[in-house]
Amino acid sequence: MLIDFFLKLKSHRLPVSIKEYLTLLEAMERNVIGPDINEFYYLSRTSLVKDEANFDKFDRAFAEFWDGVQAVPGIEAQIPLEWLLKQVELTLTEEEKKQIAAMGGWEKLMETLKQRLEEQKARHQGGSKWIGTGGTSPFGAYGYNPEGIRIGQDKSRNRSAVKVWDQREYRNLDDSVELGTRNIKVALRRLRKFARQGALEEFDLDNTISSTARKAYLDIHMRPERRNAIKVLMLMDIGGTMDDHIKLAEELFSASKTEFKHLEFYYFHNCMYDFVWKDNRRRHSERTRTWDLLHKYGHDYKVIFVGDATMSPYEILQPGGSVEYFNEEAGAVWVKRFTDVYSKCIWLNPEPEEVWPYRQSIQIVKELMNNRMYPTTIGGLEQAMKALAK
Amino acid sequence: MRFTGSADYVSTDDLTLAVNAAITLQRPLLVKGEPGTGKTMLAVQVAKSLGVPLLEWHIKSTTKAQQGLYEYDAVSRLRDSQLGDAKVHDINNYIIKGMLWQAFTQDKPCVLLIDEVDKADIEFPNDLLRELDRMEFYVYETRELVKAKQRPIVFITSNNEKELPDAFLRRCFFHYIRFPDKETMEKIVQVHYPNLKKSLLKEAMEVFFEVREVPGMKKKPSTSELLDWLKLLLAEDIGPDALRSKDRKTIIPPLHGALLKNEQDVHLFERLVFMTRAKGA
Repeated sequence: MLIDFFLKLKSHRLPVSIKEYLTLLEAMERNVIGPDINEFYYLSRTSLVKDEANFDKFDRAFAEFWDGVQAVPGIEAQIPLEWLLKQVELTLTEEEKKQIAAMGGWEKLMETLKQRLEEQKARHQGGSKWIGTGGTSPFGAYGYNPEGIRIGQDKSRNRSAVKVWDQREYRNLDDSVELGTRNIKVALRRLRKFARQGALEEFDLDNTISSTARKAYLDIHMRPERRNAIKVLMLMDIGGTMDDHIKLAEELFSASKTEFKHLEFYYFHNCMYDFVWKDNRRRHSERTRTWDLLHKYGHDYKVIFVGDATMSPYEILQPGGSVEYFNEEAGAVWVKRFTDVYSKCIWLNPEPEEVWPYRQSIQIVKELMNNRMYPTTIGGLEQAMKALAK
Repeated sequence: MRFTGSADYVSTDDLTLAVNAAITLQRPLLVKGEPGTGKTMLAVQVAKSLGVPLLEWHIKSTTKAQQGLYEYDAVSRLRDSQLGDAKVHDINNYIIKGMLWQAFTQDKPCVLLIDEVDKADIEFPNDLLRELDRMEFYVYETRELVKAKQRPIVFITSNNEKELPDAFLRRCFFHYIRFPDKETMEKIVQVHYPNLKKSLLKEAMEVFFEVREVPGMKKKPSTSELLDWLKLLLAEDIGPDALRSKDRKTIIPPLHGALLKNEQDVHLFERLVFMTRAKGA
């Protein structure tokens, strides 16, 4: 019973297990729900899906199974959500609505959509042909077309609700799309090493017992609490090409701030040179000599560089190559000093890994870091933390 | 036993069904959702409407799974032994029952709330697998097996600060409380403030949903903030006129401190208002 449904969920890569499937059957047997497809939808979701990020996948699988409708090829993955970010709200007058003629049947619409998907390469907004937001094309979100297909819209606007699972309200919770602070925190958690340090606050039972037995009077022992003893020095590239990655850098920064007790951070621009700074607004008046950094923080610190390493190769290899001032020693020398002092040293690069081979400067930095450069995806972060924790 | 919502709590169809599935199959229900959407209140209301006792176990970052079962107070036993207290011969005097133990030994079924399970250490849920699945555990000190007389109805809430292990999730029903839409929200407000004037409610709701739409907000105001804010509006006797404005974007709503809990958000909001005002001028 319902085995095909279960297998359908599996084929949509939902992490469902046999135990959960049996729970669903048990619930059906005990008449938790009546013969109602809506109730079955709720029950199967509550028993099979354990993460709201998977609700959207579940809705798709459910619709596909129960309507016998084939999934539209290419719809789930190929449209980046950024295109559909709500920016324009378009309200059409009744007249304009009438002007938009229906484009023919469902099949024709799908065909045209596929065609457009192939033609279209960039994000689009407004207008009346391309897929995007706020337009009058039949494809996209936040627009109006009586026969439109909605892609990635988080609430129904012109359309009244059809079926719960067809509304796909959980679209924006799918975590394959974004990398939020929560995910970063979970990844950073790999970098934990507990040690007992600091004030004696916790009762030490074992020691008390053995000491009491030895001394024949009650001898209470205390010990420090277990704390994460990892020390992290974070150096972030700021300005210039990093402007594209501000949001990601912010998230990474706020996640690490709460995760590590000993976190020191400094900014640099493009590459390491003689100076770093803590406050970007006063970067010219209050800066720290990089030598001081190397002397101040012991070699047990773990160093994380965050930067896109995208610059002219001269900025790394030539003395005087910096775009800001005349540096007497090349950036490469400084990076090398860091890798020499700190054995645990990695570089996180927000640029997508695919473009690395095409940027000379990234290759140079990667080599300087002994290949320890990782992309800022969840997988990349986990690898990076593993490398640091080794 | 069936839960059908209560006079003080608006429960959507899917939530009601999840609760009833958990009650019928006697499995824990894991509830997630934005802060302030009534996760903790759910357990309180279910207990109230079913007329059964409620046991609450609030989790902190230092909470250990063992503390929910029992704790052995070795120190007072040690001290009593030095003082020659007769109590010392029975170890049961030094075993302090935790919330799970108390829930297991109730004669009637009860509701057990494990609140904010994500606050504890990552291993915490794993340590409770058998206890929640079989509803039994072993007390090593007294060599006794504690088994639930009646399986309690277990509610677990999480704020998503940590991911929960798969093995744990598989044993639970799961419900994600969505942020209510306007209609549900109106029902919720009606339940809490039945005497609220329609006009004030309408204006307040519009301001509220507008504030939620402000991009880049760190903590969006949620249901509980709206309720607090309405309470303040009522207490200060602010009428719907004060909220209504031709150009609503240019005024800061009164008592916005109840809606925005983060100073960065307040700054952001004020800046946005200031900018639209400057643009209008």
